[in-house]
Amino acid sequence: MAKMPAGTLYRGREGMWSWVAHRITGVLIFFFLFAHVLDTALVRVSPNTYDKVLDLYKNPLINVMEVALVGGVLFHALNGLRITLVDFWAKGTRHQRAMLWIELAVFVVLMVPAAFFMLEHTFSRYFGS
Amino acid sequence: MSIAEAPPAEPESQARPQSAPPQERMITLKIRRFNPEHDTDPHWESYPVPFDPSDRLLDALNYVKWNLDGSLTFRRSCAHGICGSDAMRINGVNRLACKVLVKGLGDTILIEPIKGLPVEKDLIVNMEPFFEAYRAVQPYLISHGHEPTKERLQSATERARFDDTTKCILCAACTTSCPVFWNDGSYFGPAAIVNAHRFIFDSRDEGAEERMEVLNDREGVWRCRTTFNCTDACPRGIEVTKAIAEVKRALLFRRF
Ligand code: SF4
Ligand code: FES
Repeated sequence: MAKMPAGTLYRGREGMWSWVAHRITGVLIFFFLFAHVLDTALVRVSPNTYDKVLDLYKNPLINVMEVALVGGVLFHALNGLRITLVDFWAKGTRHQRAMLWIELAVFVVLMVPAAFFMLEHTFSRYFGS
Repeated sequence: MSIAEAPPAEPESQARPQSAPPQERMITLKIRRFNPEHDTDPHWESYPVPFDPSDRLLDALNYVKWNLDGSLTFRRSCAHGICGSDAMRINGVNRLACKVLVKGLGDTILIEPIKGLPVEKDLIVNMEPFFEAYRAVQPYLISHGHEPTKERLQSATERARFDDTTKCILCAACTTSCPVFWNDGSYFGPAAIVNAHRFIFDSRDEGAEERMEVLNDREGVWRCRTTFNCTDACPRGIEVTKAIAEVKRALLFRRF
């Protein structure tokens, strides 16, 4: 019988990995929205429980997850612009790699201060004087 | 007497440049093998091969087949990168074995059949699904009305419009490097789109509407996720993703 073995991982380059990251961040954002709709809907069921759930969100683990979420959304948005240019700009396919590096540079420039301000509260609470 | 014990020095003129020197550098070919008559699953097998920096990977494979294991099965014909028979996965990426040098591939070279098509034996896959998609885009000149009595003329600019996609040798390196194709074998794949592009943008051709209809299908160009694996894999240097993007834009704006 003819076989279709998976074999080793295909060693694709920047284009493939940015696509993988785009998929992963997309799924991540989808699940966040799902959870977000549920927790916000809770306020109509019982405002009391809603407050309790939101209190849970104030722990450091959730804080780190929030930073990851911002990172995911930011990457997805920037890479979305890159894909749009690849699709609609005649020279987009030729510059896809350069556009990815620019995108990652912008990502780092925005993410460093964002992470700093978002984590400041947790940090001062656990490690501050 | 003591002189006779020394190894006889080989005269310069008799030294064969191609012969194997005593401590020659060896490399290992690790080949993904599968024999449908005995094996239930494919497995890796390693073969030591003498290293020659001017050898192409195809030479190393031939060495294995001719000297070590005659049952090793792979396709090749021209050995000059033009027939498109020997696309395979070399160190994880699709390449033509006759176009890559063993030099630069490392001491252990991983060789696997191209991904996403059913393996028949060792490195040979069933190419039929690939050619089926190719035929579906009608890769030949379509013209209506009267046959011209002389050549169908075309300006140099008109010819340049689709020059890149005329270079395809149907090796399937692009289609089998595409993550979308691995997951959904009914996707037409880059090669079929490249060959549709070759006629869609040909000023002499009149079948663009029909081909566009085919490529507008849910298994057509819109499946492309621009991972650029195809462009990186094409041994002819065709800008495959660019060609696909041009077909997408032509479909959106009806300009072709
Ligand atoms: S476009 Fe390139 S990789 Fe794809 S089949 Fe043609 S020659 Fe091979
Ligand atoms: S053997 Fe013909 S392309 Fe490699």
